[in-house]
Amino acid sequence: MNTKRGILFLMVLATLFLLVGCPSAPSPTPVPATPTPPPKPFRVAVVMPSAINDLAFSQSMYDALAATRNKLGKDKFEFAYSDGMFVVDDAAAAIRDYATQGYDLVIAHGSQYGSSLVEIAPDFPNTSFAWGTTVDTFTDKGINNVFAYEARSEQGGYVLGVIAANLSKSGVIGVIGPIETGDAKLYVDGFKAGVLATNPNAQVNVNWTGSFSDVALASEAAQTHINAGADTLSGTAQMVVGAIGVAKEKGVLWFGTQSDQASLAPDIVVACQVYDWTVVLDEMINLIKGGTLGGKAFAITLANKGLTIKYNPGYTVPDDVKSLADETIQGIVDGSISVQVE
Amino acid sequence: MIAQLFSLTTLIGVITAGIRLATPYLYATIGETLGQRSGLVNLGVDGIMLMGAYAAFFVTFKTGNLALGLLVATVVGGLLGLVMAFFSVTLRAEQGITGIGVYLFGLGMSNLLFRKTLGTVETVSGFPSIHIPLLSDIPVLGPIFFSHNLLVYGAFALVPVSWFLLNKTTLGLKIRAVGDNPKAADSLGVSVAGVRYFTEIVGGMLEGIAGASLSIALLNVFQENLTSGMGFIAVALVYFGGWRSVGALAGAILFSMVNALQLWLQVIGVRIPPDFAIMMPYVLTIVVLAFTAQRVRAPAALAKPFERGEG
Repeated sequence: MNTKRGILFLMVLATLFLLVGCPSAPSPTPVPATPTPPPKPFRVAVVMPSAINDLAFSQSMYDALAATRNKLGKDKFEFAYSDGMFVVDDAAAAIRDYATQGYDLVIAHGSQYGSSLVEIAPDFPNTSFAWGTTVDTFTDKGINNVFAYEARSEQGGYVLGVIAANLSKSGVIGVIGPIETGDAKLYVDGFKAGVLATNPNAQVNVNWTGSFSDVALASEAAQTHINAGADTLSGTAQMVVGAIGVAKEKGVLWFGTQSDQASLAPDIVVACQVYDWTVVLDEMINLIKGGTLGGKAFAITLANKGLTIKYNPGYTVPDDVKSLADETIQGIVDGSISVQVE
Repeated sequence: MIAQLFSLTTLIGVITAGIRLATPYLYATIGETLGQRSGLVNLGVDGIMLMGAYAAFFVTFKTGNLALGLLVATVVGGLLGLVMAFFSVTLRAEQGITGIGVYLFGLGMSNLLFRKTLGTVETVSGFPSIHIPLLSDIPVLGPIFFSHNLLVYGAFALVPVSWFLLNKTTLGLKIRAVGDNPKAADSLGVSVAGVRYFTEIVGGMLEGIAGASLSIALLNVFQENLTSGMGFIAVALVYFGGWRSVGALAGAILFSMVNALQLWLQVIGVRIPPDFAIMMPYVLTIVVLAFTAQRVRAPAALAKPFERGEG
């Protein structure tokens, strides 16, 4: 046995990773240093569980930060990110690093990071933190520098459910969820409610895979739904790319959420609920500039345009269905339709 | 509801899905079995699968040539097998640690390449299902056995091929001798290092194909950590299968079918918590492993580096 050589090999590898900037290493992505210009830019750092190009949860936040930077200008707004932080301990280390480096706002973009923030936030009373998706700002624990944000994904889910119920011919609709929690559960419940409100005789089959990332299982779940008679599918989390592949091959309709997924299957993606966190970012930035560092919970909704329904231009939705969807959106915005979740 | 569970559609669905899901496990498990029979443990299977999956996807995405994609995945897998063999055989490094190193390398490198070369999730049209005249049209058996793509058939063909190689050829005898008693094999003029390099490279090639079977045959996408730990299940299935090809087949089929079954249970609305359903394949595999573990014996020199004239 030569343990030393094995360990040496590991160390060489670790060094290589650091050199190439391995995405899963907890080193923060550096922001180009600016030669101290008089107006200091607002600096945001974000820690995310999956990749910034996952066409889902993490990408939605990355896109919002990039949009905010474009809007405010590079000299007024800077951001750094660590993605692929599915290991909570690594994420916690990155959050602490960013706080130490004096970022104005450190975002923990994942419900699994909550307990880490409870530990870290009190050590940096002058730094603002944000945690999503949740409604808990920890004010009951005496912490005043944490914002909370969530996506009311059941709202768009309901609208997509209404459209799906109108387009499905078999009346059997399959939904693929990751783990029965957070915005995934909200989305699935909302979607189901939307279908059943439109067609009480429809059958909505739900399948939880137990993972956010198991693409193969998501693909097999989609196959199972189709074998059970589904002609319309939806699902949430970054694993759904596997399910979209099956939908494309079998020619069944797909409804997406979190990010616009039409590029994956331009023929069968009908519409997606797209998350736009810029409204939440704007509000947090304004509060922080005014001296409030936390204690407030935000949500993106259909009303504040943080949630939008994006139709795939490659798929033609009949006009009457589209106007029904618009009425549904209006109903949710003005409160005449309330989406009940279990 | 119970009647629905045993309906023909469900049955066909579960078995067909089980066969499909078993494909990557079969390649990877048989690849790992080859190495372990010669005395090498490779915990880097998942990393090799990821690199194979990425390589196959990238080449197919750029050229549209599936055969080329498969070939490149095989070569990449073989190269990583070579790296593994260099550390475990030539440098006699601790195999467990080397394997984890190879896994981390495959995970990180496939992510990095994915970001730099593709940037976002893309799709390819992968190996199509083959319609075999007559056979595919047989009711029940047709959809179960004759509705798959080339790589699925390849995985199942590999079972008798690897069985024959290990049990009926001189090379197979050498592999088993090196795994059980390398000193004796060496004294009879068998090159222990040569045999181990061979099994590890061929094993790596099969693990590369396992990854390709995901990215260009079953899923036709590439995403970060596409395998999500399948390679580690494959290592467990080697023990489960008692270091035999048929055992690997049984393990891969059992694990995949129970996985397919739990998806069906949820769809037809059997009232068990999803968390329990998701646990089923893992729990069952461990239970069966516990009952079969006493019957089989691991290769005696497993994970032990060989040095001539030692001991």
